[in-house]
Amino acid sequence: MSRVMIALALLTAALFTASLLVGPADLAPGDSLAALWQGGDGPVAMVMRQIRLPRALLALMIGASLGLAGAAMQGYLRNPLAEPGLIGVSGSAALGAVLAIHTGAAAMWSLGLPLAALGGALVGVALVMGLAGPRGGSLTLILAGIAISALAGALTSLVLNLSPNPFAANEIVFWMMGSLADRSMTHVWLAAPLMVIGWGLIGTLGRGLDALTLGEDAAGAMGISLPRMRLVLVLGTACVVGASTAVAGAIGFVGLVVPHILRPFVGARPSRLLWASALGGAVMLLIADIAVRIILPTQDLKLGVLTALVGAPVFLHLIYKTRKDGI
Amino acid sequence: MMAGAAVLFSAPLGAAPSRVVSINLCTDQLAMLLAAPGQLMSVSRIALDPRVSSMADEAAHYPINAGRAEEVHGMAPDLVVAGEYSSRDTVALLRQLGIEVVQFDIVGSLEEVRDRIRQMGAALGREAAAAAMIAKFDADLAQLREDLDGPPGPDAPRAALYSANGYTSGDKTLSGEILAAAGLRNAPAEAGYGWGKLPLEVLAMLQPDLVITARRYPRGSRAEEIMDHPVVEGLNGQAARAVMSDQDWVCGTPYVLRAIGDMAAARRKLEAGR
Repeated sequence: MSRVMIALALLTAALFTASLLVGPADLAPGDSLAALWQGGDGPVAMVMRQIRLPRALLALMIGASLGLAGAAMQGYLRNPLAEPGLIGVSGSAALGAVLAIHTGAAAMWSLGLPLAALGGALVGVALVMGLAGPRGGSLTLILAGIAISALAGALTSLVLNLSPNPFAANEIVFWMMGSLADRSMTHVWLAAPLMVIGWGLIGTLGRGLDALTLGEDAAGAMGISLPRMRLVLVLGTACVVGASTAVAGAIGFVGLVVPHILRPFVGARPSRLLWASALGGAVMLLIADIAVRIILPTQDLKLGVLTALVGAPVFLHLIYKTRKDGI
Repeated sequence: MMAGAAVLFSAPLGAAPSRVVSINLCTDQLAMLLAAPGQLMSVSRIALDPRVSSMADEAAHYPINAGRAEEVHGMAPDLVVAGEYSSRDTVALLRQLGIEVVQFDIVGSLEEVRDRIRQMGAALGREAAAAAMIAKFDADLAQLREDLDGPPGPDAPRAALYSANGYTSGDKTLSGEILAAAGLRNAPAEAGYGWGKLPLEVLAMLQPDLVITARRYPRGSRAEEIMDHPVVEGLNGQAARAVMSDQDWVCGTPYVLRAIGDMAAARRKLEAGR
């Protein structure tokens, strides 16, 4: 393990603990960690085990998923602008989730929600990869992403507005910006299986991504099958983004910012960037989720607001750089 | 000239309006309760929804409006009753068209229920009916409070109102007064939470004896999902849980007495279980 990975792992562990200690209920850190460990029926154990633990776990898992997906897409397309949120994969996953909730499928069958989000994400990522073409040129990729984001967002709003439930229309913000407020262990168990599958799939891509840096022909000569890589990437990304979006809404920019920052530290090797980005994504989302609770403790400030505030300038910087490089 | 026309077309001073249209759920119900036969022409569409309207069946006997200026004007009313928070543009437009609009503020206490009944009586020229309704309201309320002396004491069961999006209601609200009149302490209010979002963590720490959640709407929503959170369910396991029958809690009408009765029954069940 390199020094970068150790530093990121320590940072993740520290932030995870910090996330467990932040909340509107005034709990002493020692008591609350003891209650988390020992459990019991008391109110402190209830808060720690059923409110704060799932929240911290989800921030960790979703951050890692988004970081990993971003690094994998960027490695495969060799394009630093590829990010599941920006190119409409998260948006289509949200559409799938909203359809499951408002047709009642999510209520009838507990796996209905994550699987519908997976379906939405699959359609989104397949469309984007198809439209962007094998080389994933910046312009076509971003244009395809804009079209898919806009369509998925409009359809999500339509479904929520047509719902007979008067609260539904107010939830457009949640699905577009994401939040981890008031999640429970149920959500962790809903998301975990798909995420683990997705991590496993994306994890197999490391060698291929490294080979791809030498060019497609060289990769082919090394026995790398590009169509197979593409399929694994599409499935893996859809799994992690679908599961994340189903329980926390669409959170953008994590997969853009994290690989961008970490790339110089891993010697620009995509296989090492994958796992560094997973840890980096967890760090970024844990920070964002701690920040929303400190900035506005009683309200539900959306995570996507913070990630966009950090991510949009990075995005602009990247556009400027790609333009200078003449791509 | 304009003033002359206005005087010419307006009803003589003191005469009761004969064509009344209501465009707000709460004024719908007050008007249905107080209007003379034939006086009320139309009520709003929400009055038909049994989830929020205590008088959905009665509302079905009236022509329905969607509260838009154009259709209301088409009914040629001589009085429109609306809520304080009815669309500003609709109310302004109706007034511009020369239709009298009386607005009713939302109700924040049991005392204000009496005020609104009196206000509706005055607007409809039905002061006697309103006075009788207030007298009955007072008598029924006194009867509901018969087994209580004064406000809920330290031994009274502690309740928490917890509805969609984690909203709660403090003491200075109609819901808070319903709890107090039923002899229940309002745990979030005692912890300093007024009307607004009650963090789930705080609810768990309060450990109330009774969690009062709201009735669900069809199809799911994230806002309502919070009422199924394991923490709320866990409190439910330890304590009783009552579903707020929303329609009796929404508006300041005599139906709030039914809500008080339901809550008093829930309290007696809790006290019997101790």
